[in-house]
Amino acid sequence: MSVNDISKGRRPKRAPLSHSLWPTLKTVLRTLGSVAVTLLGLLFITFIIGRVMPIDPVLSIVGERASQETYDAVYHQLGLDKPLLVQFFYYLWDVLHLDFGTSLLNARPVSEDIARVFPATLELASLGIVFGVVIGVPLGVLAAVRKGSWIDQIARVVALVGYSMPIFWLGLMGLLIFYGILGWVGGPGRVGIFYVDIVPTVTGMILVDSLLDSNIDVFKDAFSHIILPASLLGYYSLAYISRMTRSFMLEQMSAEYITTARVKGMSEWDVIWKHAFKNIRVQLITVIALSYAGLLEGSVLTEIIFSWPGIGSYITTALLSADMNAVLGGTVVVGLIFILLNIFSDLLYKIFDPRAK
Amino acid sequence: MNVMNRLLCGAALGLAVSVSSVGAWAETPANMLVIANRIDDVTTLDPAESFEFAGADISRNVYNRLVYLDPLDLEAGYKPDLAESWEVSEDGKTITFTMREGVTFQSGNPVRAEDAAFSLQRAVILNKTPAFILSQFGFTPENVEEMIRVEDGKLLITTDKKYATSFILNCLTATIGGIVDKEEVMAHEVDGDMGNTWLKTNTAGSGPYKLDSWKPNESVSMSAYEDYYGGAPEMKRVIVRHVQESASQRLLLERGDIDIARNLNPEDIAGLADNEDIKVVDELKGRLMYLALNGKHPELSKPEVREAFKYLVDYEGMVNSFLNGQYTIHQNFLPATYLGATNENPFSLDLEKAKALLAEAGVDGLEIEVGVREAQERIEIAQSLQNTLGQVGIKLNITVGTAKQILARYRARDLDVYLGAWGPDYPDPQTNAGTFAYNPDNSDEANATGLLAWRTAWYPGDLNEQVEAAVTETDREARIKMYEDMQAEFRETSPFVVMFQQIEQSAMQENVTNFSTGQAVTAAAYWQVTK
Repeated sequence: MSVNDISKGRRPKRAPLSHSLWPTLKTVLRTLGSVAVTLLGLLFITFIIGRVMPIDPVLSIVGERASQETYDAVYHQLGLDKPLLVQFFYYLWDVLHLDFGTSLLNARPVSEDIARVFPATLELASLGIVFGVVIGVPLGVLAAVRKGSWIDQIARVVALVGYSMPIFWLGLMGLLIFYGILGWVGGPGRVGIFYVDIVPTVTGMILVDSLLDSNIDVFKDAFSHIILPASLLGYYSLAYISRMTRSFMLEQMSAEYITTARVKGMSEWDVIWKHAFKNIRVQLITVIALSYAGLLEGSVLTEIIFSWPGIGSYITTALLSADMNAVLGGTVVVGLIFILLNIFSDLLYKIFDPRAK
Repeated sequence: MNVMNRLLCGAALGLAVSVSSVGAWAETPANMLVIANRIDDVTTLDPAESFEFAGADISRNVYNRLVYLDPLDLEAGYKPDLAESWEVSEDGKTITFTMREGVTFQSGNPVRAEDAAFSLQRAVILNKTPAFILSQFGFTPENVEEMIRVEDGKLLITTDKKYATSFILNCLTATIGGIVDKEEVMAHEVDGDMGNTWLKTNTAGSGPYKLDSWKPNESVSMSAYEDYYGGAPEMKRVIVRHVQESASQRLLLERGDIDIARNLNPEDIAGLADNEDIKVVDELKGRLMYLALNGKHPELSKPEVREAFKYLVDYEGMVNSFLNGQYTIHQNFLPATYLGATNENPFSLDLEKAKALLAEAGVDGLEIEVGVREAQERIEIAQSLQNTLGQVGIKLNITVGTAKQILARYRARDLDVYLGAWGPDYPDPQTNAGTFAYNPDNSDEANATGLLAWRTAWYPGDLNEQVEAAVTETDREARIKMYEDMQAEFRETSPFVVMFQQIEQSAMQENVTNFSTGQAVTAAAYWQVTK
């Protein structure tokens, strides 16, 4: 629809079906093309970095005392004697067939490993982001509306602590107080020893699987184990989300349309939530999506402290052990998460912001 | 974990200890053993391939061997396991094993001599990393079916020449000596891999425990094999949880959620001192920390300079500070608890003596490079050396790098000094003698990168013959004496400055008894544990 059509108040003619589908198809194709190019670039860069970095996958397999013959044999077996580009194209071919290869270190298919560790991260990150959004957004809105008040000061301190405290320290302190001293939550690990392997794995997320199995005891135990690391991750998201919400809201609250709404006698609640907040939703979606993606990428330190077998510690361990198949597989998954969340937030833009349509 | 995080972690725990101690509020079931350990090094469960610490722990409890080391009596050396007895032929080249009757695998199949022959043969044929432990006796993929065979229900092992019986049997106690269920394994063979792919993630043993699950970097779960020939273990279930952080292990232990914590750092061990419910058990492990002085360096190859270096290490200072509780002074190539090991540690920090030796060698104002892998304790040792060497006019430049960077240079004989660690491969003195004191061809062309003496560009002279002679000596006492003599000469003449031997400190609930990490000679055993 052109601007002239609107200004002249004319009803635009309906385009033929093939014409109306074309823009959508074009968008879909463009998106898919961009996903493919991004993933290819990501794979290529990670692959090259993996090959040139000073860690040795052969040494990881054969050990430092292996003879030169054994070393050379494994070097050849891994295809490391081929040109870098040839190695990359072999790898790409396998990935296109959804084969991420076998972990050099634990001999399992990387896809199997990722299917095991990713649900653990997904469960933790999802609960964390819920915590961050449910508390962070209202806190940010309140801080903006009551700018300079004690609520604003509290929000500022909460965010400052969240930004500045190393997660490692905070995690240990949380464990010490809530698990070690008070005994309110479960300790490191996803479930207590009595509940290991009790419920059948369906989704890999123990909270969900225990509900599917109607096993409330396992659910309660798993919840008691996840609540602390999820709160901790949520707190870090909360700090970011609340500050960004405050900043977006302050910008809106000083806009003329807000003054007009107030002059018209609209209630403060409606002014804040139906006008100002409505207009920051698009920006907020980006912030939340990025926070969520960050959490899904896996918080290595949180996973280490809480012995949480997620994708962050999986990739890190693989990297330190020169298990490049695992690193590349994990990177593709993380890259996909970012891309998918980007697409998702783009879709939400279009729902919330008519201009984006 | 970076330095800042370590500091913060220490601060957090310090604060916690000062504020309140954590009480043991729970306890594990009486027939269950729960251990926190770092198990991220497990790469395979196949005994023909497994060569890592946590993997050896699993293997030791799942598989029997022909002979084994009793966790309650490690000093006794090997004892009969699946082989009830054995005889050595007159020429000393063939050992005939009589198998124990009535033993069954966890699958229910009987354990036969055929299974033992198959297990050892496949280890040689597969030729994975630890295969050298067996192939050093002259076995090759081509001849192994002839050299290791079954006759009249007995297992015969014939070696290429006469070796000390203790040498062969000690090697058979290693992980690679695990006896697998031939029928079960071959039922899972794919493309002629002799079941290797399947055994990487599954087990087929006759040991006291059955593997229930192995989740990499997460947990290992085992349950007691009720028909184990030695009697079902008291601990009906063993769970080893991967807990990376020392502080997390300590919290779990103090809360009573685990029975044993195997990776506590010195700060956490010290923090448990006042906890009456927890005890700390020390065991000497096989890892040695050493310096290697490159024989290609014109100054470092001088005997006086080598000797001077042995007086330039602040052994006491280091074990009493940052290595406290983790390492003990040890200056010989055989770790304490090994056959032939000696506790002779004649060197201590003596700057004057070192100066005199350097003057005798005509060395003044030396500048050298030491290569160190990026591990905190090694870097700290290098810094201590830098300090003491600086006091006698030697400038030590520390190069820190990854394993690939540093080891590649060490293997290429390119480093002036290498600071590293070495752990034995199997529980026989030959494992270390054959690498520290053996290098028959010191030429660059020999490229014997598997030998530490070659990497150090050192020709050990008559020690080569002594090492070869010791592996054929059948008299145990005579063999012990040979290793003692070798080490005496090695201490004086070699370019290796062996400094420390590792101690493993396991913290456990007071009621846990008989737990053994296997000391320097073997892996952890669970079947004898009681609570």
